[in-house]
Amino acid sequence: MIVRLLAVLAALVLPLSAMAQEKVLRAVMHADVRVIDPVWTTQTIANIHGALVYDTLFGNDADQKPQPQMVGKYEISPDRLTYTFTLRDGLKFHDGSPVTTKDVIASIKRWGAKDGVGQRLMGYVTALDAVDDKTFRMVLREPYGMVLESLGKSGSSIAAIMREKEALTDPQQQVKEAIGSGPYIFAKDQWVPGSKAVYLKNKDYVPRTEAPSSFAGAKIPGVDRIELVWIADPQTAMSALVNGEIDFYESPNIDFLPLLAKARGVKLLKTGKLDGTQGMIRLNHLHPPFNNVKARQAMYHLVNQEDFLRAIVGDPKYYRVCHGLLTCGGPYENDGGSAFFKEYNPKKALQLLKEAGYKGEPITVLATTDHNTITPATQVLIQAMREAGINVDVQSMDWGSVVSRRAKKEPPAQGGWNIFITNTGGVGAANPVLHTWIGAACEKGLFGWPCDPEIEKLRNAFGLASSEDERKRIAKELQTKAMEQVVYIPFGQWDTPLAYRADRIDGIVPNTGLAVLWGITKK
Amino acid sequence: MTAYIVRRLFATLPVMAVVALFVFFLLRFAPGDPAAIIAGDDATAESIAAVRVKLGLDRPVVEQFGVWLWDLMRGDMGVSIFSNLPVTRLIAQRVEPTLALSLSTLLVAVALAIPIGVVAAWKARKLVDRVVMGFAVLGFAMPVFVLAYVLIYFFAVQWQLLPVQGYRPIGEGFWPFVECLILPSVALGVTYMALIARITRASMLEVLQQDYIRTANAKGLATDRVLLLHALKNAAVPIVTVIGIGIALLISGVVITETVFNIPGLGRLTVDAVLKRDYPIVQGLILVFAAAKVLVNLIIDISYAFLDPRIRY
Amino acid sequence: MAASATSLADDLAPPSRRFSLLTAIRRNPTIAFGGILLLLLVFMAVFAPLIATHDPLRITPVNRLRPPSERWWFGTDQFGRDVFSRTVYGARVSLIVGLSVAAFSSLLGLALGLACGYFRRVDAVVMRVMDGLMAIPSILLAIALITLTRPGLGIVIVAIVIPEVPRIVRVVRAVVLSIRAQPYIESAIAGGTRNLKLLLRHVLPNTLAPLIVQSTYVCASAMLIEAGLSFLGAGVPPEVPSWGNIIAQGRTFFQIAPWTILIPGAFLAVTVLAVNLLGDGLRDRLDPRLARRL
Repeated sequence: MIVRLLAVLAALVLPLSAMAQEKVLRAVMHADVRVIDPVWTTQTIANIHGALVYDTLFGNDADQKPQPQMVGKYEISPDRLTYTFTLRDGLKFHDGSPVTTKDVIASIKRWGAKDGVGQRLMGYVTALDAVDDKTFRMVLREPYGMVLESLGKSGSSIAAIMREKEALTDPQQQVKEAIGSGPYIFAKDQWVPGSKAVYLKNKDYVPRTEAPSSFAGAKIPGVDRIELVWIADPQTAMSALVNGEIDFYESPNIDFLPLLAKARGVKLLKTGKLDGTQGMIRLNHLHPPFNNVKARQAMYHLVNQEDFLRAIVGDPKYYRVCHGLLTCGGPYENDGGSAFFKEYNPKKALQLLKEAGYKGEPITVLATTDHNTITPATQVLIQAMREAGINVDVQSMDWGSVVSRRAKKEPPAQGGWNIFITNTGGVGAANPVLHTWIGAACEKGLFGWPCDPEIEKLRNAFGLASSEDERKRIAKELQTKAMEQVVYIPFGQWDTPLAYRADRIDGIVPNTGLAVLWGITKK
Repeated sequence: MTAYIVRRLFATLPVMAVVALFVFFLLRFAPGDPAAIIAGDDATAESIAAVRVKLGLDRPVVEQFGVWLWDLMRGDMGVSIFSNLPVTRLIAQRVEPTLALSLSTLLVAVALAIPIGVVAAWKARKLVDRVVMGFAVLGFAMPVFVLAYVLIYFFAVQWQLLPVQGYRPIGEGFWPFVECLILPSVALGVTYMALIARITRASMLEVLQQDYIRTANAKGLATDRVLLLHALKNAAVPIVTVIGIGIALLISGVVITETVFNIPGLGRLTVDAVLKRDYPIVQGLILVFAAAKVLVNLIIDISYAFLDPRIRY
Repeated sequence: MAASATSLADDLAPPSRRFSLLTAIRRNPTIAFGGILLLLLVFMAVFAPLIATHDPLRITPVNRLRPPSERWWFGTDQFGRDVFSRTVYGARVSLIVGLSVAAFSSLLGLALGLACGYFRRVDAVVMRVMDGLMAIPSILLAIALITLTRPGLGIVIVAIVIPEVPRIVRVVRAVVLSIRAQPYIESAIAGGTRNLKLLLRHVLPNTLAPLIVQSTYVCASAMLIEAGLSFLGAGVPPEVPSWGNIIAQGRTFFQIAPWTILIPGAFLAVTVLAVNLLGDGLRDRLDPRLARRL
């Protein structure tokens, strides 16, 4: 009898003790991990996944300066045309094979074929060859000031280094396996898409010795296991955090922050001066009325950033009005073009529109129904437009449909659009080259297709600039031009602090631009 | 009996075929393009077009249907457009939670509804009847998610008696499994309680008025035993029918419950797949649901044979 | 010949039940209670512009999430919109959804049910299709239909009607089958009476009672389904106030601003209750035996 009792107790206790020894981080992010190839998609969540599983040659630090990560030492030739990189020791893929320059070169080529920033870089590259297994060389046709920043960028589509086998996959297709050399290993067999993604500590990872600073420095896997749990309902996620069922909540609704601040054991963390989101009203430059710059400028009169920010965020502590396109609070913030931003005056807006040739045709607005920040922002804009007396054609649809429809270049009446609203991350938007939405590459650019060769020339000049002062000057000129052309109308910036159980975890790396989970340890 | 079952199964094939066809074409003509969703927020129109070609979505719809059907006959439901994982694996991962939730909900609903229906029938048309049935309908009148939030707020957040969300498979222990299911099955079960209670009451009423019950009463058998033994057994057929209908309705309710309580089941998979236009998953799920419904109907029909000796196959 | 066959049928047929509204109300308080409550809500919906205190669509972000006060009787939502006014206007949409779904599904179900019960060949085909429809979970069908076109009140109504039709068809068909089997009908057919006439004069009246009862339940369930669809993001467009939409949008704020959910939720619950009471009362009044067919 006693023996049986002891056996039962043992059976209960043993698994508990085994579980007690394994440190597990349960985190809820802003989306679920659906696609595991960070190069193939620009989704942020794929990059969060990518940052855990893959390593990059360089990593931008908290001040957005690129620091070597996988690269041990590097040399730039005096004429700034030849870059020689040597990989540091101890880099291995999760299957045990060493990282060689073959893998690196194939990965850079694949990334350079798909990602905007990568394409820009590769446009300057004339040769990319291996010298030996650990050293390779990149030769440019003219000096380009953004080589290292591009390789170390954190926003969307990081320059993930994959095995040559995967890197040779067509860039228009997903890779089949998520094998990288990063601090965590993706447990594909435990992946339940739409519910849970599991990452295991890479015991063979050799971190750098410097202190962690954003994507630079040591990336130490602090826990044995990370579970990215997807909880669709924001209130359930918040309650789960308060109840201790999860440890980390990437983007709680701002309205929950007072509740979370009060909850026992929970702390909020603003992850850095550049982290945050910038709202953008994108106009379609291809079709009337917004193919006329005066009509576009009229719209400045309809945007009172306070209204938008209040509707999205609520608490003024967490937002700031920013009448510029480059992230306010960032290194290239300037007031160029802010004069174009006007007082809220719907009557004036309509008058200017009429002067530009608007005769009361319907203006098609793609109104997202299911996005927690874009939906309210769109409602505010629609109300302002109606107040001006503009004929608004509201097309309500879910975000998935908006994403499809905004890619169409047809006239609005035939399945196109005039206006849609979206967001972008503060880190990417702080730098004119990395900020994809400030571009004006006409038909080849992003939805809205603003067209101004001057702006593109300025972006290139920024990349080639040799001094910080020159960069700042170019940034100001660029922003002025972009605001004048109305590449988009910003409706403000807001922070998205994260919430976590301070009584359970520690070591969150700040200033990263997207949530990184290495460095976090469990008490 | 076996011949009956086989015949029934064959009869459903044309129905399933119609269902499959309907859904396939419905999805293909819906606006919204999985290629754009996959490519992500900052992708250009060219890269979206390239993705579409790779996914085979640019081929004529009829050709896509033919390919799917051919694969299906070899047991291959295709792969998810997003995750590249086989649809069969995605569905299999999620069957257990939905099954567990459905069964526990049914248990709660039946356990509450039948006593309510019996009591209401016993005291038909009196105040007790109205109050008791009113209580049942109240459960049905509130949207499931409102009830769910109220329950979570009190039982999980305030009093910390039960977990807020999640699902633990039974392999991780019996109590963790049960405690995760309590709130969701109560929230959902209460909404079905009214339906089952109403039919129970009606069937009981009908049976109670019949002559042989009155004879039994007149002969002096105890009222309790009369109710339980004779009435319930005879009322069982329509009750089982409505339980069968309830199971079909259950899937709709399960979708919302799974979303609120974060249970990784088929309901949520369905909604996510439809909103993301992940066609292969939606097609596979329709077939699974249709098959499940057929199976349930068959079980219901067979159970009639046991409940009512007059029915013979 | 035809004339005498018809009158023969009339003589042999049981007296058709006449539905007397006044008697029902007098004798059954449940119907009265449910009916009056419903009428009050309809009144509120119809006279919404006079009853509401603010513009239900007006966004004033500065006033977001205020608790109930003298200025905003039911408080404001996350856009600063007046919950009282939205609730009052929301009655319109919710009631329109409920009543339209009930009406359309009843008409469609009646037509199909009559055809199925009466004509065996139609029955075989149509019931298979009904089975197929019932095999697809209704929410899935609704979401798929709604994402096929833009969200809008019409689409939502259609999307809810389609899964409800099989239920009504089943009820009507059962009644028709039982009446059709009666000897006086058989003899009328043998005597050459035209089908249409028989359908309209003898079969149809008997289906009305269970149909009305069933349609009240469909109405209630439609309003709840609309709330569920809004919850999942597949309901009426977000700026349109319907109780379902208000609750769905307010749900994120349940723990900080419960008035955004509880008040419209209470209205919805009361309406569903009223409709259900009406249905229950009608059913009890008309014929307890009908309950079995539900």
